[in-house]
Amino acid sequence: MAAISREEVAHLARLSRLAVTEQELDVFAGQLDVILQSVARIGEVAATDIPPTSHSVPLTNVFRDDVVVPGLTQEAALSGAPDAEDGRFRVPRILDEEA
Amino acid sequence: MSDLTRLTAAELAATIASGDVSAVEVAQAHLDRIAAVDERVHAFLHVDTEGALAAARDVDARRAAGEELGPLAGVPVAVKDVLATKGVPTTAASKILEGWRPPYDATIVERLRAAGTVMLGKTNMDEFAMGSSTEYSAYGPTNNPWDLGRIPGGSGGGSAAAIAAYEAPLAIGTDTGGSIRQPGAVTGTVGAKPTYGGTSRYGLIAFSSSLDTPGPCARTVHDAALLHSVIAGHDPRDSTSIPQPVPDVVAAARLGATGDLTGVRIGLVTEFGGEGAEPGVMAAYRDSVEALTKLGAEIVEISCPHFQYALPAYYLIAPSEASSNLARFDGVRFGLRTGDDGSHSLEEVMSLTREAGFGPEVKRRIILGTYALSSGYYDAYYGQAQKVRTLITRDFTSAFEQVDVLVSPTTPFVAFPFGSRTGDPYQMYLADLFTIPTNLYGGPAISVPCGLSEGLPVGLQIMAPTMADDRMYRVAAALESTVGVLTPPAL
Repeated sequence: MAAISREEVAHLARLSRLAVTEQELDVFAGQLDVILQSVARIGEVAATDIPPTSHSVPLTNVFRDDVVVPGLTQEAALSGAPDAEDGRFRVPRILDEEA
Repeated sequence: MSDLTRLTAAELAATIASGDVSAVEVAQAHLDRIAAVDERVHAFLHVDTEGALAAARDVDARRAAGEELGPLAGVPVAVKDVLATKGVPTTAASKILEGWRPPYDATIVERLRAAGTVMLGKTNMDEFAMGSSTEYSAYGPTNNPWDLGRIPGGSGGGSAAAIAAYEAPLAIGTDTGGSIRQPGAVTGTVGAKPTYGGTSRYGLIAFSSSLDTPGPCARTVHDAALLHSVIAGHDPRDSTSIPQPVPDVVAAARLGATGDLTGVRIGLVTEFGGEGAEPGVMAAYRDSVEALTKLGAEIVEISCPHFQYALPAYYLIAPSEASSNLARFDGVRFGLRTGDDGSHSLEEVMSLTREAGFGPEVKRRIILGTYALSSGYYDAYYGQAQKVRTLITRDFTSAFEQVDVLVSPTTPFVAFPFGSRTGDPYQMYLADLFTIPTNLYGGPAISVPCGLSEGLPVGLQIMAPTMADDRMYRVAAALESTVGVLTPPAL
């Protein structure tokens, strides 16, 4: 298995929406490399004809009757939000003024 | 220390039911104990004094009114901070959820309240249940009551330490790779991982959804079974919940306590022969196997050749699921928000929030999971790990055609000193070496104290087939009947 580079960690952090410091990049690159080398041996064992198991119990769609039941109030749903305005979650602007 | 805090949950329930003591007195005794020792133990992240006393008063009022109450009515319980508790702070030991008060209860918490148990508060843990030592809590570690300079196990170290320090007779944990059993082993307490799907995950802050399993922590096997029977059972709000009756684990624990294991076939996993484990741990393990033999059990050597691949498979599957589950913590709907000063885009605010809110182990696993799921590596890592999961399941199925339960040490080593493994994540991951196979398979497993090594507790792990949780309780109670309950040094 290929070793994981510092640049690769930075790319993965961007994909994960994680701002990481220069120091963290150094530490994570070294540690992830050790972890990936340690787990690489799973490549030795399972042949192509082994079916994968994603879950230990069989998963099926769960349906219920479409019955109106009480849900969270708007106030309760917004109670843990870092910011709210006019009964909605307030987030930073995603489009600038000209757009 | 009040004598009330020394009683088991079963004894407390009986004393309250007889009217000799009120639920309020029991709750107050435990709150006093928490006030006396938790500064040193740090098992709790939040103590809900008012809520506990109100719940206890309610039990006393209902009893006075002649209402029929459940078998654990009035008994205090501590809840791992990863389960949503309505109006009570829930943080998963992370800065990103600091101060969050959920608007709803997890199903497990609902069931605890309905049973009349008294919730004392929320216990410390590794952040988002990622860790094996409770050193990764954003609010500081929990100390092992056996030796305050050592770890209490993880991720449910707070729940196990609360039990061992007599701050609570019962606690709820969650087990993704061993996070109930491993802390149980190193604190000398009992910790059970029920069958996956046997206990609801609704309201559990998800780490690895295909593995996470809530379960009981206690000082005795009987107490663990009592709590298990309260929280287990089908939940239509959880699509992975198994719609089958829960085995009678309380009856099984009572049967085991008679000390008779005649006719029970116990398998020893050949691959868990001691490599990587401390000699003292293996000595206690061998002694307990001998004790089980004397109780009438038949011992059989069983090979599970793929167990050696469980740890690497787990450390690909769990971070992969975590990287997806933790995407919801983005600073929009709840918790922390950082960088919202008008100079950053929404995407930058999300990244800065997650940088400030997540600790190092969580970041490491999110990045590892993102890597394992990324195009080009998916088949080599995540896909291969899922195949290993199939092979491990086949090992278990084959083993349980030959024996009733499998046993092993719970952990390879006793509680280690703080800081001794944090520099090398893979060394830390080895703490869950023996516990992880059952998570991948989905079956139940329990850790029960089986002796001491270097003056510190050692646990025996008993693994059973899926939905045969009663079998492990029987064997665990039988061992407990000969080994006894371990008592930590006075705090």
